[in-house]
Amino acid sequence: MSNLSATQRLEIIREKNRPTVNDYIPAIFHHFTEFHGDRHYGDDAAIMAGIATLNSVPVTVIAQVKGRNLDENKKSNFSMPHPEGYRKALRLAYQAEKFHRPVICFVDTPGAFCGVEAEKRGQGEAIAKNIAEFMTLKTPVISVVLGEGGSGGALALAVCDELAMLENALYSVISPRGFASILWKDPSREKEAADLMKITAEDLQRFGVCDKIIAEPVGGAHNDPNLTADNISEYLMDAVARLSALDTDTLLEKRYQKFRKIGVFSEG
Amino acid sequence: MLEDLFKTVKDRFNAENAGQEQAKTPEIPKDLLFKCPRCQSVFYMDEFEKRRKTCPTCNYHARLSWRERLEITADKDSFVQFDENMTSLNPIGFPDYEKKIKSLQEKNGINDAIVTGVCTIRGYRAVLGIMDSNFMMASMGSVVGEKIARAFEYATENKLPVILFTASGGARMQEGIISLMQMAKTSGAVKRHSDAGGLYITVLTDPTTGGVTASFASLGDIILAEPKVLVGFAGRRVIQDTIKQKLPDDFQTAEFLLESGFVDAIVDRKSMRKSLSNILRLHNYKKVDAVAWQHG
Ligand SMILES: [Zn+2]
Repeated sequence: MSNLSATQRLEIIREKNRPTVNDYIPAIFHHFTEFHGDRHYGDDAAIMAGIATLNSVPVTVIAQVKGRNLDENKKSNFSMPHPEGYRKALRLAYQAEKFHRPVICFVDTPGAFCGVEAEKRGQGEAIAKNIAEFMTLKTPVISVVLGEGGSGGALALAVCDELAMLENALYSVISPRGFASILWKDPSREKEAADLMKITAEDLQRFGVCDKIIAEPVGGAHNDPNLTADNISEYLMDAVARLSALDTDTLLEKRYQKFRKIGVFSEG
Repeated sequence: MLEDLFKTVKDRFNAENAGQEQAKTPEIPKDLLFKCPRCQSVFYMDEFEKRRKTCPTCNYHARLSWRERLEITADKDSFVQFDENMTSLNPIGFPDYEKKIKSLQEKNGINDAIVTGVCTIRGYRAVLGIMDSNFMMASMGSVVGEKIARAFEYATENKLPVILFTASGGARMQEGIISLMQMAKTSGAVKRHSDAGGLYITVLTDPTTGGVTASFASLGDIILAEPKVLVGFAGRRVIQDTIKQKLPDDFQTAEFLLESGFVDAIVDRKSMRKSLSNILRLHNYKKVDAVAWQHG
């Protein structure tokens, strides 16, 4: 494991050639079949979802889509989902539960989209519902943070049995820029914020939030996307096998306790 | 683009307060007057107090401290508080966080942004939680998360309904990722209570925003709101910056949510106790003698 600071990792995950789910899905899964729409309002390209096989085991894949260039990013709204994206994710999660497929979520978002339409269609309700429903989904759920995991918009796909992070990925309550803006009224202090916030995979492992750190090649995933995909794939196969071996009650109790125990307080 | 995601309220009220300065009548002391942040009308504080802190012109329901809320909600002397001494530590080592917590505790007479306990409301027993925006804009950190989770677990165990008066600026930045995880912890406890058949009523009060809107505040079986209060996920200013045009005045109000389909009913403060007890009765919860039972 490297000893890079949060600021250095921020630069790595912003590297324009950093692989995205568009690279990883074909490299990790077979027979990926995309399904669209939330059955209520529309389809949100910020979240891609479908079914596939992982080493011949059928799984459901739900992924936030970061673009590799401006065109892709415009299409996927810079990976900032609207409520219908979260509702599509939940629809596919229920489907996975029905057919006993493990769910694999890829998290890569600065946060949920902030806009008039998103508010009107219930961004808060959509995220809340995902968080609550994933907590009791009767099938294994594994989330992998690929780059940036920002705020409730990330958590809506990260209530899981195991959370893995790529070595340089960051996961935080808000983007470092937002943090600096709120607390110091100065977004330019972003780097200072990143280092203060304790948002690296190692930090999160210490807090009990991250369960597994997936190694990246030296310098970052873009230096060898195939090797990174292999590392993710190896972890997922192991995790799916381990979690599928648990009976549902045990699985759900462990999932509840994973989040239930996070908190730092004294009782005077 | 994301800065201010959880900052909603502060901006809106700062902007409104800026306008307030100019309109202020200089010869009357400020503490004798209340200026409504919604309709800008100014009236005497005692009239405002007499109306339980609601605006006589537009019916905006202003913020209450937890004590004021408790007084107008629970039956007299029925409230038994849970986890009164729980206090926040400093998980990410945020500079001066402990100091800030300590000074707010002294100022507000509470240990964090929520008070939880069990009470009766017109004779119906319920677990009650009241968030207080005077304490760091009722942001959610470890203490808020833990107290809510315990309140729901207590209610599940004792087959009681839960009523939460929500108010929040969102996640508590000073606790970093730990604060984000409280969204999952609280929502998980709500879900378990729900799966066990428990009733949960949310009452949205001014302001309910950010990570609280995106977790337990949106998960009530029944979601009530006070008139004209601010409720939303994203900050008004960040949205305004994105769309580059002025937002309608009623954007992110209780009325906006009702129209969008995310609130069951808007209820006036003066009839809240009646509405709540009526809902409890309709769910077959039995009336108890307010003094006949003991907590524990
Ligand atoms: Zn008014």
